[in-house]
Formats: sequence, structure tokens, C-alpha cells
Amino acid sequence: MATEVAIAPSHNEEPHLNVNYLKAEKGVWSWLTTLDHKRIGVMYLCSVTLAFFLGGMFALLIRLELLTPGRTIMGAATYNRVFTLHGAIMVFLFIIPSIPAALGNFVLPIMLGAKDVAFPRLNLMSLYIYVIGAVFCLFSIVSGAVDTGWTFYTPYSTTSSSSVVSMTLGVFILGFSSILTGLNFIVTIHKLRAPGMHWRRLPLFVWGMYATSVIQVLATPVLAITLALLAAERLLGLGIFDASLGGDPVLFQHFFWFYSHPAVYIMIVPGMAIVSELFATFSRRAIFGYFAIAMSSLGLALLGFLVWGHHMFTSGQSEFATMVFSGLTMLVAIPSGVKVFNWTATLYKGSIWLATPMLYALSFLVLFTIGGLTGLFLGTLSVDIHLHDTYFVVAHFHYVMMGGTVMAFVGGLLYWWPKITGKLYNEPAAKVSWAFVFVGFNAVFIAQFIMGSRGMPRRYYDYVPEFRPYHAFSTYGSWVLAVGFFILAGVLVQSLLRGAKAPPNPWGSAGFEWNTASPPVFSNFIDTPTITRGPYDYHEATEEELFDGFPEDFKKTES
Amino acid sequence: MNTDLMKQLPAQWSTFGPGYDWLFYFIYWMSVVLFVGIIGTAMYLVVKYRRKPGVKAEPTGHNLVMELAWTVAPVVLLVLLFHWGFVGYVSLTSPPPDALDIRVRARKWSWDFEYPNGGHSQNAVTVPINRPVRFVMSSEDVLHAMFIPAFRVKRDVVPGMYSTLWFQATHAGDTRFFCAEYCGAADLPVMQPDGSVRDTGHFSMNGMVHIVPQSGWAPYLESILRAPSHDNGIEFTAAEWGEQLYTQQNCNTCHSVNGSPMTGPTWQGVFGHVVPLADGTQVTADENYIRRSILEPNAQVVRGFNPVMPSYQGSLTDRQLDALIAYIRMLR
Repeated sequence: MATEVAIAPSHNEEPHLNVNYLKAEKGVWSWLTTLDHKRIGVMYLCSVTLAFFLGGMFALLIRLELLTPGRTIMGAATYNRVFTLHGAIMVFLFIIPSIPAALGNFVLPIMLGAKDVAFPRLNLMSLYIYVIGAVFCLFSIVSGAVDTGWTFYTPYSTTSSSSVVSMTLGVFILGFSSILTGLNFIVTIHKLRAPGMHWRRLPLFVWGMYATSVIQVLATPVLAITLALLAAERLLGLGIFDASLGGDPVLFQHFFWFYSHPAVYIMIVPGMAIVSELFATFSRRAIFGYFAIAMSSLGLALLGFLVWGHHMFTSGQSEFATMVFSGLTMLVAIPSGVKVFNWTATLYKGSIWLATPMLYALSFLVLFTIGGLTGLFLGTLSVDIHLHDTYFVVAHFHYVMMGGTVMAFVGGLLYWWPKITGKLYNEPAAKVSWAFVFVGFNAVFIAQFIMGSRGMPRRYYDYVPEFRPYHAFSTYGSWVLAVGFFILAGVLVQSLLRGAKAPPNPWGSAGFEWNTASPPVFSNFIDTPTITRGPYDYHEATEEELFDGFPEDFKKTES
Repeated sequence: MNTDLMKQLPAQWSTFGPGYDWLFYFIYWMSVVLFVGIIGTAMYLVVKYRRKPGVKAEPTGHNLVMELAWTVAPVVLLVLLFHWGFVGYVSLTSPPPDALDIRVRARKWSWDFEYPNGGHSQNAVTVPINRPVRFVMSSEDVLHAMFIPAFRVKRDVVPGMYSTLWFQATHAGDTRFFCAEYCGAADLPVMQPDGSVRDTGHFSMNGMVHIVPQSGWAPYLESILRAPSHDNGIEFTAAEWGEQLYTQQNCNTCHSVNGSPMTGPTWQGVFGHVVPLADGTQVTADENYIRRSILEPNAQVVRGFNPVMPSYQGSLTDRQLDALIAYIRMLR
């Protein structure tokens, strides 16, 4: 079998491969030229964290401007640039690469029992492509920024005087990074599974990454084509989208959402994948409906391609198309519901440990359920007409993207933090930060649901006075949320500087990534592991495998 | 806090309102029940099965019946929601044939409303109560959208095509309309007609809908013709101008207005009817079809006629196209 060929040799003869990956090689150059998926994952982690910080700062500026009607801190043209940059940075530089490229890169090969991804050089290349794409995006900020919204709708984007081309070029380049990561994961999952790692034993995180990778590879090229056409339209005046030259402005929306709706699943499916791991580990039992959860990820990946028109119910697309897209959109509720029900059932007769990662997983459950249920309003045709392009939509997708993906990302980060850094973090302080994040998030976006359904359109610099209480409440919430993230940053920095050394399996998980040292050795495993059980088989795992202390202490407990 | 602030929807003032609000609150309360059910169960389980010393988790079993149940059960609700939503949408997109037409033109960052008698109003529109009103909308630059929260209606306004929106107001008074599709902003504050200087853009592209009693409608229409702002230099309605263009642009050499076919199909009784095309398909002759037939005459040729008409792309302005369409509409 090909898998066996790929993982030979079974034992590392070179001693440096058995050293902690952070210390295996020294110097900045060793990081910049590394082919180690773990180091690439860590560099991605630093990059996306920086992007999250930048995008978050823009979010705080938006909320501050909207604290009062009229001018609070900036002019209208600046405001339009700020909300565009918030959206573009959060979507393209943070959420899309966050879980797959940062946490996925680190954890996925270890979960499979592999030494690395299938194409380590492509992996490094994807990081450099990401950085180059990010530089173009940042260049557009200093060269006048973009004021089109992250959706780049024509004909506004073809006529705007802001630096649309450098931003679209940046996003175009970032797409290749996303494609390469997806391609790498698909091949890795097919080819580099350790002996005994059957498809039925694949951790649900890996299933989620697999579904995500398929979308990345199939959908991202369409974004590239769309943005290339947009740039050509701007620079050469081709007339594809320009009505005065016989083009169709609505065609751009079809192209754009043909990528950007599947991209919603590039963002949320990895979040669901992490949450499945967290529910199993912190309930101490196998995930309920393993097969259903795995298949629902693939189902979402498939459905994601068929519902792009639900962003365009008021756009002027045909009534027939609108009807079909509404019907297909309703189907999305089924795999989403399957996951929510299975996670809840996993809790039944478990032994639930409310560690901070589990608090984030439960937050995901609460917030994603709200995000999903409010999606029913938007999928229902006549109801959507009133809500379309209002703050109701803004609140809905933040509940899914932030309440879902970001909560899962932070939960996953804290969960794998001891594995990545070899350090423990301060649990009580992390719980405090979680409380701020959870309360602050809800305060920001509950207010937006109400003002949205009452008729507050989105992307408004100014508003009529009746909406002031909601905007003010939302802005106060944003400050609570920000405090939560700053405490979290403090917790992580404190852990890096002064954190206690982490044992290999601090959570006592049955997942395979916890079989290695914390942090893992350069080659992940000293001996190629042979997998004899599923990742959630707590009742087949030995006491030693589930022991949450240092291995030498386990022997003491035995004696 | 004022309890009205906690209401999910604003007051409803159109015939769509009651049905819309019923469906919205149905989904709302259904969501509340589902949320409390799911999250309540999860929280109960978290507390009941919290980690206790010496108590281990039980192995996870299978329950195929339950799994199938929660996969299939939502389908019933989803089909119902789809059905109700679709029925509501059909009525939103089907204006009655006797609707009063108001021609709406959007541009960065103002709205112009043209009434059937040729009068105009800017950034405010007056409509009669209890009468179906249809907006026929176009944009002169980028995307905009007409959004009237109290009527529960919204429609994008797209350059190069007409989009329509209709409603029937049930309540006299003033309510606000908004632009709902992002359309940018001026770099610097702009001098307003009233002399004040304000930030201008997408967010300022809103105004009032004045709903007047039937008795106030005719006097209103007369008043806008007398208004000093009525300075478009045209002393006739759009349809009258279209009648003049019909001969000035030599449309009359190929198209009759009395029902007799010439080189091209007659204009009489075309508008709003289903037309068979040469390729075997059919099309309803609405504003967009007529516009396309003038600009791209050979794209959708009526069955029985030859594709010989030249394109008028570039030789007719948008206003002239509007006038011709108004004339053809009058001939229905």
C-alpha cells in the first residue's frame, strides 16, 4: 500500500530529528527556510494573529465612529475605507487562513501519524505567497486604501478612485496560498496516514480539513478569475460588467458569490472541526454520531457551491433563480442541525470538564445556533427582502463567523497551546478573558439584530436618531469584547514567558496528537506510530495514554 | 429603556405588512423555542454530567432512529418556511396591472421621482393611500437600492436595466426610505441645497415617503407642476414626448400604433403581454424587454419578423428611452 511506502523509514537514525522542534535548528534563517509543518504553522499563527489585531482595531474604530450620529472621530470617506479594510483583512488575511493554515498545519500531520505534509516545499511557498499577498493588501492601505466594501461590487469598484487594483491583486495572490494549502492537505490525508489510520478512524478535525480543502481547491480559482476580470475592466475598460458598454453589473455578483459563498464554508467548517475535537476531549467520550458529523462536513462543502444566489434576492436576478436558491439554502440547515444535535448528545453521560477550551466550544454551540436560526429568516424569501443589507445580516454573519469560527479558533488555540509551545497557560485568567469575550460579543451583535430588523441599513456612516441607543449599546459591547481579547493576549504572553512546562497530554485526551512530546520532536514521532483504535475511544485507551501528567510520574502512580 | 426599542420590527404601513410580520414573528418564536430547547438541554447536560471524582463517562452508543429523526424532522419546517416565503415573494414581485407608475432615478447621492403628469420631486416622494404604486427604477451610475422599512419592501437599482418595486400604503403619514446598497461617499462634506454643509454619501441617500389621502393626491400632482423646482424644460409627460420621438426617430417607418404589422411588429397592445420569439421561446414585454429591443434589436426578435432593425445604442439617451417606453406602455 502506498501509505506504507510514504512513511518509511520507521525509525529516525538522525539524532537531531528527535529533538524538540523549536530547538532542532537555531537562528532566524532556520525559521525562514524551514520545511517543518510545525514551524510553518507557528509562523502562520503569528501572521494571522497580527491580521486579527489589525482587523480588530478597524472594528473598534467603526464602532467608535458610530457611537454618536454625525461625525464622531472621522469623515465619511475615511469611514468607508475603515469598514472595507476591516472586512477585507478579517476575511482574506485572518479567517480563511486562521484554522487551516495555522492550527491545521501544526496539528493535522501529527493527527495522521505523519512526519510532515505531503509537499513541505509547497507548504513553505504558500506561506511566502500569503506574506506577499498581505504586503499588497497593506500597500493598498498606505496608498489611499479601498472604499468598495470587501465585496468589490461593480460598477462602484470599477469607478472608485481608491486603490482597488492593489487590494484585488493582494487578494488574488492570497488565493494561491489558500489553494496550495488545500491541495497539500488533500494529498496528505490520502497518502500519509500512519498504519492503522483508516478513514473511519480519522479525527473529525481531519474530516473537516478535508472538506475545507476540497472547497479551497475548487472555489478559489473562481475568485482569482473574477478579480482578474475586475482589474482588467478597471485598467482596460473591457465592458464585462459596465452597463454603458453592454456589460452586466449583476454578473460580477454571481462570479463573486460563486467563490465567496463556498468561502463561508472555508471559514466555518474548520471551526466545526475543532469543536468536534473539544467536545470529545472535554466530555471524555466518543463523539456521538461520528459518521454523521464527518459526512455533514462534506455535505456542507457540496451545498456551499449551490447557494450563492441567496446573497442576491433583491439584486434583479430572475425570480426563478431566486426561488431555486431559497430552496437550496434551506437545505443547509440540515447538516448544520445534525452537527449541533450530535455535539449536544455527546454531552449526555459524559464527564464534562469546563476548561477554557470547552467554554469556547460551548460558546460556539450557543452562538452558532443563534447564527444558524437567524439564517432561517434570511433564507425565507419574503422575509429576507426587508432584512437584506441591514444590520440584521451583519449580526447574522458575525454570529457565524466570529461567534462560530473565532470562538472555535481561540478554543483550539488554547487547547493545542501546550502542544505548540510546550507551556501551560493560566486557566483562571483565561476563564476571565472568556467571560469578557462572550458577554462583549453578544452585547455588540444583539443590538445589531434589533436595529437591523427595525430598518437600519448596513455600511452607513451616519444614521437617523432613532437608532442611536442600539449603536451606543453595540459600541459599549465592543469595548468589553476588546478587554477580553487583551486579557487573552496577556495570558498567552505570560505563558510564553513564565508558563509551567506542559506534559505531553495535559488534557488527558485520547487524540493521537497528544501521544507526542510537548512540544513535539522535529519528526513528530520517534517511531512511526501504529494506530489501533479511534481518536475518541476513551474506553479502549490505556490509563497511560490518558494520563495528564509527565510520563515519569505515571510510573510513580503505578507503584 | 423604552419598551418600543425592544420590538423587532418597526410599524407596518402597507398591505404586505401584516403577512410579513406574521411570518417574521413565526420564525422568531420558532427560533426562540428551538434555541431554548437545544441550548437548555446542553446546559442541563453540562451541569448534570459535570466532572466528578471517581465517575467516568459512559461509552458512546448509537441511536440510528434518533439520528434519522433529527435529520428528517427539520425538513418539514424548512419546506413550510420555503413555501410561505415564496408565496410572499410572488406577491412582492407581482404588481397589479392598474398600479400607478412612478419613475425613480437614483444617482450618487440623490433620488429623483417623476410622476405620471411629468412633475418631479427630489429626495422625497408622495404617494396616495390605498392605491397600488409601482416604482420603475434605474440608476445613472452605480448600484443603489430602494428600501422602505415601513412597507417591508426593498429592491436594488441597477445601471443599464429597470427594476421595479410595488406597494400599497395603508396608513397616511410620513415614513422614511433609505438607500440600502452601498454607493460610496464624497471625500469632503458637500454644500446642500438648503445651504448647509454636510457629509454626503450612501448614508445620506434617504428621504421621506409622504402618504396622502386620495383626496390630497390630485392637488399634489398639480402642485408639483407649479413648483419652482419643476424646471426640466419639458412641457409634456413622458408618454407625450415618446409620441413625438416615435416620428422624430422614424420609428413609424417600421412600427405602427394601430395594430397593423409593418416591417416590425406594431406597438399597440404589446406592453405587458407575452410575445412569442423567433427562437421558439416567449417573453413578457416589460420595460427591460422594450429597452433591450431598442438597444440590441436582434437579441430577442419577435416570431414572424426579420432581424433588420439597427441598434439605437448611443443614439438615444436614457430619458428618451424612458419616454418611448412610456408611450408604448400607454398604447397597451
